[in-house]
Amino acid sequence: MAGKTLYDKLWDSHLVREDTSGTSLIYIDRQLIHEVTSPQAFEGLRLAGRKSWRQSANVAVPDHNVPTKDRHKGITDPISKLQVETLSTNCADFGIKEFSMSDPNQGIVHVIGPEQGLTLPGMTIVCGDSHTSTHGALGALAFGIGTSEVEHVLATQCLIQKKSKNMLISVNGKLNIGVTAKDIILYIIGQIGTAGGTGFSIEFSGETIRNLSMESRMTICNMAIEAGARSGMIAVDQVTLDYIKGRPFSPSENEWEKAVSSWQNLKSDSDAKFDKVIQIDASSINSMVTWGTSPEMVTEVNGTIPFPDNRNSSTIDAALDYMGLTSGTAIKDIQLDKIFIGSCTNSRIEDLRLAANILKGQQIADSIKLALVVPGSGPVKKQAEAEGLDKIFIDSGFEWREPGCSMCLAMNADYLEPGERCASTSNRNFEGRQGQGGRTHLVSPIMAAAAAIEGHFTNVSKYLDN
Amino acid sequence: MDRFKTFTGVVAPLNRYNVDTDAIIPKQFLKSIHRSGFGDNLFDEWRYLDHGEPGQDCSDRPLNLDFVLNQKRYMNAGILLTRSNFGCGSSREHAPWALDNYGFRVIIAESYADIFYNNCFKNAILPICLTEGIINSLFELTLAKPGYTLTVDLEAQIITDPLDTKIYFEIEKFRKDALLEGLDEIGQTLTHTDIIKNFEKKHRNENPWLFRSL
Repeated sequence: MAGKTLYDKLWDSHLVREDTSGTSLIYIDRQLIHEVTSPQAFEGLRLAGRKSWRQSANVAVPDHNVPTKDRHKGITDPISKLQVETLSTNCADFGIKEFSMSDPNQGIVHVIGPEQGLTLPGMTIVCGDSHTSTHGALGALAFGIGTSEVEHVLATQCLIQKKSKNMLISVNGKLNIGVTAKDIILYIIGQIGTAGGTGFSIEFSGETIRNLSMESRMTICNMAIEAGARSGMIAVDQVTLDYIKGRPFSPSENEWEKAVSSWQNLKSDSDAKFDKVIQIDASSINSMVTWGTSPEMVTEVNGTIPFPDNRNSSTIDAALDYMGLTSGTAIKDIQLDKIFIGSCTNSRIEDLRLAANILKGQQIADSIKLALVVPGSGPVKKQAEAEGLDKIFIDSGFEWREPGCSMCLAMNADYLEPGERCASTSNRNFEGRQGQGGRTHLVSPIMAAAAAIEGHFTNVSKYLDN
Repeated sequence: MDRFKTFTGVVAPLNRYNVDTDAIIPKQFLKSIHRSGFGDNLFDEWRYLDHGEPGQDCSDRPLNLDFVLNQKRYMNAGILLTRSNFGCGSSREHAPWALDNYGFRVIIAESYADIFYNNCFKNAILPICLTEGIINSLFELTLAKPGYTLTVDLEAQIITDPLDTKIYFEIEKFRKDALLEGLDEIGQTLTHTDIIKNFEKKHRNENPWLFRSL
């Protein structure tokens, strides 16, 4: 019998029962909750007179609607305010821990989970948010769900699921200078497409992945959903253990050895069978920039915007029309209006260090109307300030803000005006994502910083040679 | 949950690939704490020429007359015909809520994003997968014949057109049963409370650090 994949192991260890219809009941260890996709779930519980099955399995934080400046003044938009207040009321009523907007540990749900030790190897983790795949970087089975399923997990601690297929993406070889985890995942999405991972759980492996830090691994798994896969994951190794140890909700000292020994097996067996295997040569990856309205519309910074072929002409024409771009244009010739460094993809301390390293002693271009840095959480912000990164950003012309999702999806006051073009470290370049009519180019924090300096995309290596 | 057995409706053709849930229902409408009221804002940025905000009266907003749902022949459509990877991106269940609130009960596409597909079944919407060839011919027929109407019979897994042409579609049994019976899934799961409790006890013994209080 063939060995098991990491996904198989996580699935099997949470299988409560199998139904003759082909579905399974899966136990959920952790549910992360935010203000946008939860109110209707709590309301459903109330209407049915149901309680939370296990209160301490849930953790809540407001992140999508929160303001990133003048936070002490509260939320001015009454509808956003009501949604954030509703989260607090629901958490109080159902006995769920909340990191409220004024909590020093508040932040983006996918940043604070790992940061607080609330997401751990071997867990099943869900959230009413597609970027829950982020947490798979710790060797967990983590995926986004809809609001009906949020309610289902609150009430039963389980989900009715059908097992996914297994995909392995193995990345090997040496990375070029200035190439980051963001470039790797954008490159992969460019290769397999935004539906390439539909129906699969993706495990990322190979020496290049193993050599990445924990935070870089989170960037990779975060965007598994942009390749169509609900979950992305990476096997547990020493990097994982070093990251977890000592965090507020990590296993205590006297449980640590036992936990570690149970996590040692969280990797695919050498004879495990995958339904699909993709090999990626890391040395062929360069700095990546999206040019269209889907993350698969991506090319390297030295490239040009492609010409459509018969199969995809209507889609590409619509994307270029929206983006105000034409085929054959060099990526480096694209002029920018705004810069956004943040989001659950790239707002952790390492991301901010990478960007600050480029910006040190530099000024952003006069043509940039607004450049924002939005740290992923209170602790990230504090750490950055302790290292003086905030000063580097501010001195170069960036604004230094409070933590939240911010201009990744522009539910708060941070957004693009129609026609404005943004280099963004976020995860989606969909039409209207950063504001109606706004034009998004997804890039790494290094590229966002370099593009801020020059006002357009550029080779980042010149800033790294210095 | 409502049941789904059969449905007959006018087909509206949305000829785009990779339609994401941000396009289906833009983010500003996600601030609502309710489960309904999203129908007027379905495809808001494609449907209207101005910027929409939650709570706004949409009846006097300027319409984008090029958008398919604003064309008179598709006005009361109940079946959405579209291309592959429909519903990609965000997990927002507001997307099927908006489709349902508008009046769509059936979607026909080559493929769907996983989370969206799953969310449809929680809301008595039937997402049907057909091959690219059949989708192409349905687009041709829909465009050629104003008022083109299909009847979907879930029990038989058959779509019938006005000329009595029949198209068979596949659907997983558990999904079909859930729609036909309109089951309360939480109630169903809670019938297994003892099994869940037994699992939980064993799981806690093996992994006590997963159960610490917060």
